Amino acid sequence: MANRGIAIRTSPHLKRVLTVDQIMRGVILALLPIAAWSVWQFGLSVLLLLLTTTGVAALTEWALARAAGQGNTLQNGSVIITGLLLGLTLPPGFPLWMAAVAACIGVALGKWLFGGLGYNVMNPALVGRAFVQAAFPKAIATWSPPFAPGRFTEPIPSTLTPPFMQPIPIADWIKGLELDAWTGATPLAVQRFQHLETPVWDLFAGTVAGSAGETSALLILICGLWLAWQRMLDWRIPASVMAGAVFIALPFWLIDPGLYPSPAFVLCSGGLMLGAWFMASDMVASPVTPAGVVIYGLFIGVLTVLIRLFGGLVEGVMYAILIANALSPWVSDWTQPRVYGSKGRGRADGQPSD
Amino acid sequence: MKPLSSMPGSPVLNSRTTGNAWARQGSHLPDLDGSSARAGLIARLELGFRRLLGWHKTFAHGVYPVEHKELTAAKPIRRLPFPAELIIPLQQHKGAPSIPIVQVGQEVMRGELIAVADGFGSVPIHAPATGVIRAIGLAPTAEGPKAPAIFLKVYPAATQEVQAGPARDPERMGPEEIIQAVQESGLVGLGGAAFPSHVKLRPQTGRSLHTLLVNGCECEPYLTCDHRIMLEQTASLIRGIRLALKATGAKCAIIGVEDNKLDAIIRLRAHLGRKPDLPIRVLAVQAKYPQGAEKMLIKALLGLEVPEGGIPADLGIAVFNVGTLAQMGELIPKAQGLIERVITLSGPAIKNPGNFLVPLGTPVRFLLEQAGLQGELGEVILGGPMMGMAVASLDVPITKGVSGVIALHPEDPALAARPVYPCIHCGECVRACPVFLNPSLLGELARARQYQAMAEHHHLDQCFECGCCAFVCPSNIPLTQYFRIAKSINRDAERRRQAKRSH
Repeated sequence: MANRGIAIRTSPHLKRVLTVDQIMRGVILALLPIAAWSVWQFGLSVLLLLLTTTGVAALTEWALARAAGQGNTLQNGSVIITGLLLGLTLPPGFPLWMAAVAACIGVALGKWLFGGLGYNVMNPALVGRAFVQAAFPKAIATWSPPFAPGRFTEPIPSTLTPPFMQPIPIADWIKGLELDAWTGATPLAVQRFQHLETPVWDLFAGTVAGSAGETSALLILICGLWLAWQRMLDWRIPASVMAGAVFIALPFWLIDPGLYPSPAFVLCSGGLMLGAWFMASDMVASPVTPAGVVIYGLFIGVLTVLIRLFGGLVEGVMYAILIANALSPWVSDWTQPRVYGSKGRGRADGQPSD
Repeated sequence: MKPLSSMPGSPVLNSRTTGNAWARQGSHLPDLDGSSARAGLIARLELGFRRLLGWHKTFAHGVYPVEHKELTAAKPIRRLPFPAELIIPLQQHKGAPSIPIVQVGQEVMRGELIAVADGFGSVPIHAPATGVIRAIGLAPTAEGPKAPAIFLKVYPAATQEVQAGPARDPERMGPEEIIQAVQESGLVGLGGAAFPSHVKLRPQTGRSLHTLLVNGCECEPYLTCDHRIMLEQTASLIRGIRLALKATGAKCAIIGVEDNKLDAIIRLRAHLGRKPDLPIRVLAVQAKYPQGAEKMLIKALLGLEVPEGGIPADLGIAVFNVGTLAQMGELIPKAQGLIERVITLSGPAIKNPGNFLVPLGTPVRFLLEQAGLQGELGEVILGGPMMGMAVASLDVPITKGVSGVIALHPEDPALAARPVYPCIHCGECVRACPVFLNPSLLGELARARQYQAMAEHHHLDQCFECGCCAFVCPSNIPLTQYFRIAKSINRDAERRRQAKRSH
């Protein structure tokens, strides 16, 4: 019997086979149907938008990983998720050059400033989006109608705005489409300012206006549940985000259903579903403890609805998640369970706790 | 026919042949009539139902590795031939190494004392076979460094009768007598810890024991030797429990068995049903790794936690492995030393896996030859695959604490080449750690070499290296190994500090 080739490893000698690569590939796979629905709904513009954000994000990652001496980090796939998610949160007719800025800023400032995969404090896609929200407030609030005729042959005019220029106005283009009911606003804005609720079924199915990938609550739910089933997503996070949103929205709705949105509307409108299932659940920027993720999720749900109802913005998911991301290390720390056999907890504050 | 040794109180004969009484003791219940068979079926259904609903007691967190126990669970314990030479390390237990009392060239008889205990915390060693001492020198160990050992050349033509003292009636032995007899038998924890059993039987002054936990969990994948012992050596096991109860003065004993071994639970309950006056209960616990860890079993069965830095005796509890107590029940009446043990020989690279009774000191190489190999041999592990040690040499012998030999194929090159990613804070390790540490944070501290902080502020010393965190980590971070290194560095630092202080 030959003795050569016998390996010496340290225990455990078994490993559950669920790697970072597989998780990232799973998330990408779950995002593809959402991206496909978005392209079907808004046409060529969204395809170009997604290609731009993903491409620029990947390019930025490649350059910065090389600069940081980490070699090629593209194969772990995390940057593809960032690119896709960013594209899905932008308005369908968002100028491509602005989308490229968002992708570059998101990956550079949101991720690599902190050291790359695993070290980012906040969700990079949302950092990118927050930057362009502040930099291009008009472009990011310009919505285009879904199912426009000819959407597969020519993009929305604003998409092809030349770099560093203001977006091409799309009012004339929309007029040319001769749509009856187009008001130029998303269901959220219509509810907020005119107190008219879009039928929840339309929101659920995703036949309304909005950011590229946020319209179909049903599709997001299915893809998210699949991901949770694959153990690639902590179901507690989306569940508690939704619970938090309902919890805060319900009393207001009961007080004045004419003024405040119904809980079902709150859940299915805007970016809440996409945010809850695909952005709040970002492993890197969420707490690690089981109790912590529930607090974190509830906080996002509550804050989102508070911003929507009382803030200066129509949508609050993005800022709610970014703030919760920033708080998550503390939440992890506070919710660290008591260590077996001790009075103290495995805390991160550097203080002996017993 | 019931084997003689299973009748307590009767004059017990020494089995002076190699065909041990165990070999004759079948795994089937010989005396089940129709009604008890029906009762057995109902009990089995009830257990299965409770298992399905997850009603059995357990601890929080933990992991579910693929068990692979079906490879050997149904295979009765068989005896293997003697190898040409046995390698008997002088340290097979926790504590001071034994002191050899034989000379090179001396002929020894199977069961004869060949090394004596060095103090109360140590145990003697008996010759596992009749033969001649070829050498006393260094031999490879699973831990790595070579250690002193006795090399015993086995006489192939010897009768291999076991030399033992005069038979004793366990019913008439007092606690002190039992504890002394246990030490003289060289018995240590056979579940893997190899802690001298007699030390656990006698708690420190000022403490008393009230409960005896008998660990029949066997939570490690592949291993089935304890399962077979519960099925085949039931009488010895119960006798061992009674001896331990008497020695410790504990009021009751609970046998904890994972609910993937329902047949063992039924067998034990059926056996105890015939002696209803015994304070021994059998409880099913959930099949989950690391249920067999002492601390986890105490938590699951009694809801208690061993205080940080303490031992189960602080709670008035002593935990013994079923294999240890079965040997206690076998050896004490015979006044015989521990010379062999049951191991599981399994893994994908083994052609004929099984449960075998092997003489201590049998080299791993001989076992692999006996069972045969299939495919390429990649890694050989002593113990289970979650906590066991990979051997560097196939000349490493089976010692008292080795419960299994697991042979694996070489790792899939694609898996072997996978990189270690940074921690992505997925929280899988936090949800797996059975002692509620934060392995993710500890791992980052280890990378930053903050070993002191790990121990002082984050309870590093509560980690018992079960491997759950590294098992689940999707980033492939060797967390368990980081913690092992951190503890070792902290121990060295502590030693240096003490040395400085004493100057």
